[in-house]
Amino acid sequence: MIIFAPILMLLRVLSQTVLLALAQIFNNKIRTVLTTLGIVVAVASIILIMGALSGMQRGVLAEFEQFGAKRVFMDGTLPPSWRGKLNWREVQLQEDEIEAIREHVDSLDMLCAMYYGTYSVQYEEILLEAISTVGIEPSWHDIENREIIAGRRFGSVDLEQARNVCVINEKAIEELNLPRDAVGEFILLSGRRFKIVGIVETIERAAMFGGGDTQTEMYIPITTAMNLNPNGWINFAQGEMKNPDDADNVVAEITFVLRKMRSIEPDEDDTFDVQVMQNIIDDFNKIALVMTMITGVVVLVSLVVGGIGIMNIMLVSVSERTREIGLRKAMGAHPLVILMQFLVEAVVLCLAGAAVGIAVGQLGLLGVRNMPFEMLEGAAAPGWAIALSAGLSAAAGIGFGMFPAIRASLLNPIDALRHE
Amino acid sequence: MTISIRNLEKVYKLGTEKGKALEVRALDGVSLDIEENEYVAIMGTSGSGKSTLMNILGCLDKPTGGEYSLSGIPVHKMSSAALAKVRNEQIGFVFQSFELLAKQTALKNVTLPMIYSRANWLGAKKRAKVALQRVGLGDRMHHRPNQLSGGQRQRVAVARALVNDPSILLADEPTGNLDSTTTDEIIALFQGLHDSGQTIVIVTHEEEVAGHAKRIVRLRDGKVVSDYPTEDDPVHQEFLRAKAATAVRLAEAAPA
Ligand SMILES: Nc1ncnc2c1ncn2[C@@H]1O[C@H](COP(=O)(O)OP(=O)(O)OP(=O)(O)O)[C@@H](O)[C@H]1O
Ligand SMILES: [Mg+2]
Repeated sequence: MIIFAPILMLLRVLSQTVLLALAQIFNNKIRTVLTTLGIVVAVASIILIMGALSGMQRGVLAEFEQFGAKRVFMDGTLPPSWRGKLNWREVQLQEDEIEAIREHVDSLDMLCAMYYGTYSVQYEEILLEAISTVGIEPSWHDIENREIIAGRRFGSVDLEQARNVCVINEKAIEELNLPRDAVGEFILLSGRRFKIVGIVETIERAAMFGGGDTQTEMYIPITTAMNLNPNGWINFAQGEMKNPDDADNVVAEITFVLRKMRSIEPDEDDTFDVQVMQNIIDDFNKIALVMTMITGVVVLVSLVVGGIGIMNIMLVSVSERTREIGLRKAMGAHPLVILMQFLVEAVVLCLAGAAVGIAVGQLGLLGVRNMPFEMLEGAAAPGWAIALSAGLSAAAGIGFGMFPAIRASLLNPIDALRHE
Repeated sequence: MTISIRNLEKVYKLGTEKGKALEVRALDGVSLDIEENEYVAIMGTSGSGKSTLMNILGCLDKPTGGEYSLSGIPVHKMSSAALAKVRNEQIGFVFQSFELLAKQTALKNVTLPMIYSRANWLGAKKRAKVALQRVGLGDRMHHRPNQLSGGQRQRVAVARALVNDPSILLADEPTGNLDSTTTDEIIALFQGLHDSGQTIVIVTHEEEVAGHAKRIVRLRDGKVVSDYPTEDDPVHQEFLRAKAATAVRLAEAAPA
């Protein structure tokens, strides 16, 4: 009984004060709406931004997954510490480096060097300028895992003999107005005759991977590409590891080989970059975290602004109801009960604002989902964002309601009754 | 002994003027004992300190000096939190201006003190109904103050003051805002409460009202100047004689 008394007391006071607070809010509808606007905006933006962000994150991760977790990417980079000593050409991957990786990195299953170029392409009357053309190896077909719709893939002979053959996508057929069955046709690429040997399927990709608008794709053997434009380097290489759990090993091994080939001293930075999918996912998550934090700051500021509004209206409410407070005290209300009454009122006010904010945010997300961006299709407020925004609003209510509530609780009953 | 005060003082400090402290001695050494079941009227000119005394008796205000014990407990030493409990359990206060919550029904208004009561919280509504019936407002429970007459409002206030079974009922000019008919209503109500054993202290300007009390305490400049049973109070007896004389003169003046 002695243990339950304070709990009962608290329940009694809470039930009483919540009802009072609701009545108070109901009696001042317009004022309530205006006061809680700050909270509404803050909460709606938490819901909206977090919903959009987490939807995007899910979308992007799904995209990565489709890409495959076994992929490894490498290219030359020029870190700040090397600037002045080397130029960007000198850090590009070399053929012999690729060969060394192929030979020494056992955890790699496949490797494909890639060499980019932009050339004019012509078929009969149609001339297309600046078509991106990628020099590849046969292993590209296995790594990219793209279906050959017609014709054949590149073979080692194409590479060894640096044949003038190409594999194109359907968009290229359309753009160049080639016959439906384009295999066997000849096109002019940079003024040379190339035979179309295969048609490759087009893969839908998100904009951030160069997708969006489907483009004309043109693939030629890498040896042919290097003959067309002999720069002496390779732009980029991608590989597939045997086991996705080997990611760290693969990166370490490739790094070891390349550092050795490039004679990089232990205290010097890498002049290349090796990335596995997990790294890229981590990078993306980092960006998402930074965006979340920026949102957090914005939301915090608007919560403070909203909270000050709440404090202001609570101060008004306390001074308007000074006589009522005096009466309640005269009837024996404990100062803490008065404190509770106004705190609860502030919290209920904030939570009402939060509820409206959550509703507004969800409506906004409905709009976001219907926007023509594939990446935002999965936009939905995560449960923790809803809980967090409600919690933050309640905290703002307590924080900013405290001062007016203390003020009310400290009023002397007779002075309060004599007010006005 | 229900109320026992000794040398009670209340000094209001109003700042300083020309180096001298400006202060009002609203109560200047008041001593008074009030027994259980007494019915006491406090009288005095305006500004004599009646309300100040009542507020201290009602634990709404603290004295600046002296002692006050209520039912044997020294309340002048208590914290404001402890006083809240005393007000809730021991004191019923009736104000001149009723002090009802305008937006709430009579029933809700009477329930108010029980919200803050540990003992009477459960079953509060029932108690409130009984209290309203006791003051003759059983058929007005769901009326708001603005739907009630002044006398009815004051009766709601009395019901509210009584609902926690206080040891004393304090009323500061309860009929001050009422006309003579409704004043009679309230006087009759107090008389009934006194008959059923309620201790009552009432402040009034009207000898008529004071005449129903069993004892009259008169204040002047914050001091008790007289304290008699009603039938021995010279001022009241003088009032009664004058009233009787007026009645006789009126009767003589009237045509036979
Ligand atoms: N809050 C206050 N601050 C300063 N002086 C006050 C205060 N309250 C009362 N007084 C002074 O104390 C004195 C007694 O006031 P009190 O209200 O007790 O008189 P009263 O006998 O109730 O008068 P009335 O019959 O007019 O109600 C008066 O001189 C008044 O001016
Ligand atoms: Mg007075």
